[in-house]
Amino acid sequence: MSLLEVKNLSVRFNTVDGNVHAVNDVSFSIEAGESLGLVGETGAGKTTTALSILRLISVPPGEYASGEIFYEGKNVLTMEDEEIRTIRGNMISMIFQDPMTALNPVMRVSDQIAEVIELHEGCSNSEAIKKAGEMLEMVGIPAVRGKEYPHQFSGGMKQRVVIAMALACGSKLLLADEPTTALDVTIQAQILDMIRKLKDDLGTSMLLITHDLGIVAETCDKVAIMYAGEIVEYGTLEHIFHNVQHPYTIGLFNAIPSLDKKVDRLQPIGGLMPDPANLPNGCVFGPRCPYATEQCYSEHPDIKEIEPGHFVRCFIKQGGVDTNG
Amino acid sequence: MAEKFLEIEHLKKYFKTGGGQLHAVDDISFTLDKGKVLGVVGESGCGKSTLGRTILGLYDATDGKIIYKGEDVTKAKGKQRKLLRQKMQIIFQDPFASLNPRMTVWDLIADPIKANNLYKDKNEMNKRVWELMDTVGLAKRLTYSYPHELDGGRRQRIGIARALALEPEFIVCDEPVSALDVSIQAQILNLLQDLQESKNLTYIFVTHDLSVVKHISDEIMAMYVGCMVEKSRSDDLFEYPLHPYTKGLLSAIPIPSIDVKRERVILQGELSSPIDPKPGCRFANRCPYAKEICTQQQPQAEEVMPDHFVACHFTKEINNL
Repeated sequence: MSLLEVKNLSVRFNTVDGNVHAVNDVSFSIEAGESLGLVGETGAGKTTTALSILRLISVPPGEYASGEIFYEGKNVLTMEDEEIRTIRGNMISMIFQDPMTALNPVMRVSDQIAEVIELHEGCSNSEAIKKAGEMLEMVGIPAVRGKEYPHQFSGGMKQRVVIAMALACGSKLLLADEPTTALDVTIQAQILDMIRKLKDDLGTSMLLITHDLGIVAETCDKVAIMYAGEIVEYGTLEHIFHNVQHPYTIGLFNAIPSLDKKVDRLQPIGGLMPDPANLPNGCVFGPRCPYATEQCYSEHPDIKEIEPGHFVRCFIKQGGVDTNG
Repeated sequence: MAEKFLEIEHLKKYFKTGGGQLHAVDDISFTLDKGKVLGVVGESGCGKSTLGRTILGLYDATDGKIIYKGEDVTKAKGKQRKLLRQKMQIIFQDPFASLNPRMTVWDLIADPIKANNLYKDKNEMNKRVWELMDTVGLAKRLTYSYPHELDGGRRQRIGIARALALEPEFIVCDEPVSALDVSIQAQILNLLQDLQESKNLTYIFVTHDLSVVKHISDEIMAMYVGCMVEKSRSDDLFEYPLHPYTKGLLSAIPIPSIDVKRERVILQGELSSPIDPKPGCRFANRCPYAKEICTQQQPQAEEVMPDHFVACHFTKEINNL
């Protein structure tokens, strides 16, 4: 049994401008101790997917249109409210993108961490404060600084606090939503290094949301590429970095300026991501795809396994046409 | 020798704050030839944007000289200053914040032209605006659209058209692609390169993204807390970084490949404060090689190899030169 299994999840937002199909038929799984990178551009549905795992989408306007999310075999979407509360922050925790806004500015740092511990473990305040100090030390902040307020911390330190808070109750699964996007590159290296160490020491599983394929290569075991609410390619690092198949993933790799190769011009992906309230009939990537055929405009491709553990949502790749030539 | 296009001599820009003097740009000197792209990299708060804006005269320099084609920009006044500004333009980072939301694409692009009274005739003006829209790849049907109706990439194209409207020779690109997704980022970078080559423009390209800067620049300058720590030709900097900060910065970039295994230098600690900085090297508190002299005396930039400047007391020792 996987630690987390998401099956055919679809999430809609019903707005006055129509139904926004934010997440469509998304399936993936995370085993104990494994990290999965969820990669995609703005508006691809990465954050909505993560929030759904904790059932944090507000209904309405949101709606879990279909699918199931199993955490240790239990369906999160059909649980009683009481039960999901024991999972949030306790079994599964989330690290938000912007550490500057994720912390309460008028609470001392150690009090904020202690609040989580007190709530979930039912211990006394003084015990919780003591444990909060230990958590701070673990992420490399001297415990005495817990008496300070968030504004006295730098961006990197605030992100460490947010991570300490997420780890405070020994969660088995961490949902990290762009944990280093707001940070400078040398600070990012420190935080990623710390996340890797914690993963090795504590065996925590992770869903890492990012738009940076470099971070995925350094931190994850598996990768899912999202585009317009769908997973278009899913596999191990080996599959994605050595045997990339989906035209969108190929386009992403080509669009990044490389440090090793000198090219005269980059190869952008032409066009724009479709409006999630008005998705095309056929393949969602069809209008931007250099290989699209008649079939791609009229029919919607399913995601299929093309080699063990490597899934692709593309007619051409499933049909075995060579697009590398 | 040909006249230098842009010469910066001991440029300083300090800001007064409640806590003391903030040394945003502290004694920076360099020269830039016509038609070249200088990338300026560094982490947030290192003064890279302030440097670009001070060169354009958007901030008054505290001290030092900015010599543009033999003319000191800091001393230019009135009409002369206005003419200089036509030739020196800027593209801003955030296409969401830098465009007036109540102006149409036409108004936005015509704005700089009107401000300088370049065309009296409405038809000529229309022609010029459409010509600019065509240059930056905006369809004519978007003439009367408002910024909120357009995506980030198109908005940034408006920003570029505005910068080009007065036919500048020199453009400061201040993080022009940082707010964009990678597939759109590539489109804008290609456009900026095309323009640079076809119009022989000179860019100062400010960014924190090292792979972008390597792609677009001829030369790169790395800044750290207001100071220049290293400057060289683009390829040299990536192949032989000599300053300990540059080494750490370059090795911190995550590489999108699982084949490259690198020796990682993870810099400990964080940027020191630019407010009334202590004497000595600004990087000393994070530097693995720091010795006593580093906390007492600020290193000056020296040309250790041809066109390769480094500001460090121990460049030779660290790199076995």
